[in-house]
Amino acid sequence: MNENYELPLEDAGYSFGFLDEYAKKEVRRCILKAIAIPGYQTPYASREMPMGRGFGTGGLQITLSLIGVQDTLKVIDQGSDDSVNAVNLRQFVQLTCPGVDVTEKTEEASLLQSRHRIPEKPLTQAQILILQVPYPDALVVVEASEARRKIMHAEADYSRLLVKLYEDIVHFDEITISHRYPTRINGHYVIDPSPIPRWDVPKLHQSKALVLLGAGREKKIYAVPPYTLAEPLVFDDIAFRVEDFRDATGVRHACRCCGSTVSFLDEFSNDQGMVAYQCSDSAYCEEQQQTGSAA
Amino acid sequence: MSRKILEVRGLSRIHGKGCPLCTLHTGPEFDTNICPFCGSVVAAHDINFDLYRGEILGIIGESGSGKSSTVKMLYFDDTPTSGQATFFDGAEQHDLFSLNAAQQRSMRNKRFGMVYQNPHMGLNFQISAGGNIAERLLMSDLKHYAEIRRRAGELLSRTEVSLARIDQNPKTFSGGMQQRVQIAKALATRPPLLFLDEVTTGLDLSVQAAILDLILEIQNELDTAMIVVTHDLGVIRLLAGRTLVMKHGRVIESGLTDQILEDPQHAYTQRLVASAL
Repeated sequence: MNENYELPLEDAGYSFGFLDEYAKKEVRRCILKAIAIPGYQTPYASREMPMGRGFGTGGLQITLSLIGVQDTLKVIDQGSDDSVNAVNLRQFVQLTCPGVDVTEKTEEASLLQSRHRIPEKPLTQAQILILQVPYPDALVVVEASEARRKIMHAEADYSRLLVKLYEDIVHFDEITISHRYPTRINGHYVIDPSPIPRWDVPKLHQSKALVLLGAGREKKIYAVPPYTLAEPLVFDDIAFRVEDFRDATGVRHACRCCGSTVSFLDEFSNDQGMVAYQCSDSAYCEEQQQTGSAA
Repeated sequence: MSRKILEVRGLSRIHGKGCPLCTLHTGPEFDTNICPFCGSVVAAHDINFDLYRGEILGIIGESGSGKSSTVKMLYFDDTPTSGQATFFDGAEQHDLFSLNAAQQRSMRNKRFGMVYQNPHMGLNFQISAGGNIAERLLMSDLKHYAEIRRRAGELLSRTEVSLARIDQNPKTFSGGMQQRVQIAKALATRPPLLFLDEVTTGLDLSVQAAILDLILEIQNELDTAMIVVTHDLGVIRLLAGRTLVMKHGRVIESGLTDQILEDPQHAYTQRLVASAL
């Protein structure tokens, strides 16, 4: 509980969690359906939010539908707790959900809303990860018609996605999808797991935490329930590969701050034009620096 | 075991609302397939034939005679107004028009092949020639990349497309080569039944001959049953063992191809044969 919160709910002028209770109930029903049919894109009446589509309105509606005063929220944007988007979303939840605690520590959060990353620290059964999704349908890259895509999903016909992978291997000797890697859930539906990097895809497999994905503009919610199969789409003889962050000599780059060689790294150029690497998950990086336990 | 692979009975297709008089006042004897009462188009009416394993059946007729409509219905590109088609697949037998949409798609992807007149209908021009064949193989649940490459290479060699071009986009190919890639794609799953709709139309004579030779070789090699739709008597003469002649949505004559060409019975067939000779 955040006891120092200044604005009492009765003065806020709207319900706890911004959405009215009916809207929250509707979203929760869709979440239940999404959990019951792992990977299925459940349509829902995505509400207008006081922010533009594309700023995480899908994820936010899930968060606001699930959050209660006993919850602790962590908001991440591209691995960082301090980016403008993450800060704004966190402030919005604080404003509309009086009494809810926020945190930057993964292990303290009961709800985690994230854009583009899954935290490095393994999640637990007690946690729910909510991912913001721009394009919910993995098939959109090969089929423009939504009606046909629905049929393809129903029949688990993902051959055209595999053709895309085939063409990648033919032309580039490897699959070039860096994020939004199509992932088959529970042996049937293939999802677009939001723009998480390939590094994060294995974390969905048999995840202890419930993973909910919300697309506000596209009005879809889907889920990877706990302890569910999540297999990246691959050929039988070509294994799925995550980013290895190795240099030309085969040595793995380390985070310039904490020295970690086991985390997902962001690459950027410093003022001198030198390429440097740093942990994408800022909370993980800080913890590693404090404990000095980076691998 | 019977070698019959397809049995078609009473296959009909009427475009429009139709009326009880549609089929009574259209056909070759009325010289039209448009119903004078309701304006519906009788694209095909009461088509009956059997097809046997390894056999090539020709369907010939002028434009609008209903030959492509017949094949489209059998390949699920169109829905018949009435009629039955039974596909004998080994020990199994399927009433094609009773299958649900998913079963029909599965049948199309795995047991049937289609080569269209226009390669744009049969090929995906966004991907490579090998990718087009891979698509068919992936649809039939083969998910082994190396095996897909091997099979695609084998099929392209078989259809005389240079292996060096396997990774090139078919839009850079000549018309004849696109047609050969289409045939390779159609054969990827070794379907027991192949439909060929005007496959040589628009190609020059030497390329036509090469494609026809290829079709014959494949028929001998794989024992594939084929239905060849054409308006070219030369194609029918070379390929088909038996032939249906269609006009205004009706089969007006059927029998052994030699017999039809040597001794046509119907006036239209006689004119057709005479005009070709």
